[in-house]
Amino acid sequence: MTVDAPFYGAGLAKLEVHDLTGPLIVIEGADGVGRSTHMELLQGWLEGHGLAVLSTGLVRSSLTRRGIMSAKEGHSFDRTTMALFYATDLGDRIQHEIIPGMRSGFVVLADRYIYTTMARGAARGLSRDWLSKLYGFALVPTKVFFLRLDPDELIRRTLRRGGELDYWESGRDVGLAPDLYSSFRAYQSLILQEFDRMASEYGFVTVDASRSVEEVQADLRRGVAAALDPSLLAPPSDGSD
Amino acid sequence: MAPLYEPHGYPGRLIVVEGIDGSGKSTQLSLLETFLVSEGFDASFTEWNSSPLVKDTTKRGKKKNLFSPTTFSLIHATDFADRHERSILPPLRAGFIVLADRWAYTAFARDMARGNDRAWLRNLYDFATRPDLALYFRVDIDTAVARITGGRIALKYHEAGMDLGLSQDPITSFRLFQTQVVAEYDHIATEFGLTVIDGSRSIVEQQREVRKLVKPLLKGLRRASSVRPRPAGA
Repeated sequence: MTVDAPFYGAGLAKLEVHDLTGPLIVIEGADGVGRSTHMELLQGWLEGHGLAVLSTGLVRSSLTRRGIMSAKEGHSFDRTTMALFYATDLGDRIQHEIIPGMRSGFVVLADRYIYTTMARGAARGLSRDWLSKLYGFALVPTKVFFLRLDPDELIRRTLRRGGELDYWESGRDVGLAPDLYSSFRAYQSLILQEFDRMASEYGFVTVDASRSVEEVQADLRRGVAAALDPSLLAPPSDGSD
Repeated sequence: MAPLYEPHGYPGRLIVVEGIDGSGKSTQLSLLETFLVSEGFDASFTEWNSSPLVKDTTKRGKKKNLFSPTTFSLIHATDFADRHERSILPPLRAGFIVLADRWAYTAFARDMARGNDRAWLRNLYDFATRPDLALYFRVDIDTAVARITGGRIALKYHEAGMDLGLSQDPITSFRLFQTQVVAEYDHIATEFGLTVIDGSRSIVEQQREVRKLVKPLLKGLRRASSVRPRPAGA
């Protein structure tokens, strides 16, 4: 199948984009909803069907990874600076991973995309219009799955796993509440609102992530299968779907 | 309206210089700073591409040639945003004169010459404060090249547009790239009302003009209390 290469805006400068034969599938959702688990399961399933899969994720660009990590360790990471640094990361990955992968016919699985950083920016008061124009260089994905979970369940899952509520995932820099728990809850509620708003604007497939891994994965596989050329997935080689 | 398009209303003043390498803008800004400080004003200086937050990333990208026109543009915007928040807004709001060697207009000119979209670039920097005075030191390419080859300024890889593969020869590449940059600067000067200074004249003549342009901005600005202004001609 051939996916056209529409961008959200003007696209990438001086870059010819054609023959993108592989699809771009995005999995969005908060930390703790099970994104990595589902990414791995999807990858195994697709590879079982003989498809080549390339997985990429937020802040994995070799250009910006260290810089963003060290900025997050400091105490002054302004919202505009943050949005732009993450945009640099994505710009680099689109050009150096995502487009080459799609051109080679890989199924590109992206662990979060522009929507997470747009939601974070909007939750920090940046203009949504500014954010969406900023990402005018981003490729429009073939399909976006949003793993949706309410903040209370997100907190329980994180703590159950012995984890702590993360400083940035709690939006501590936003000054929403004096304590970590309230801040996490308030911030994740804002993020969720943004995602719900974007879900209709950008046509996400919203997946209820409060269910079991098996149920969620089954939904994802059905959705991914519908986005792919049906001949690619037949005949099933492992019978797991 | 975004900050880039409306008067800032802060108690300080924002004065920026623009122009290609070899235009003499940095020399003029440095002379202006010395003058303002000697007059007892609080002045602070900031320059393009100097944020400690993104320094390592920019260095790494340049060294390993990882940048595309898009990411080159984005990392400079990141740098600018960090400085805007950290070292430009605080002094401006505290009533200082902020002197900036290059502003968003540099990105508009260079990134456009690198093939980025004009409207995308305007949006990228629309959080930037609009300067009270933006001086564009205009020189022709020959003058800039003569100053650079004269040895006062080193020719840098990206400044010469070497990343665009226009020519293997740095000077030729510089000419080709900066010709496009100057064309875009001319467009920007009209769009944003930059004050054009003829950068081919002597340093003294230019500085005289710069001070004349700055003077009206100093009215009503408080000076650091401990420093007395020197009498004229002293």
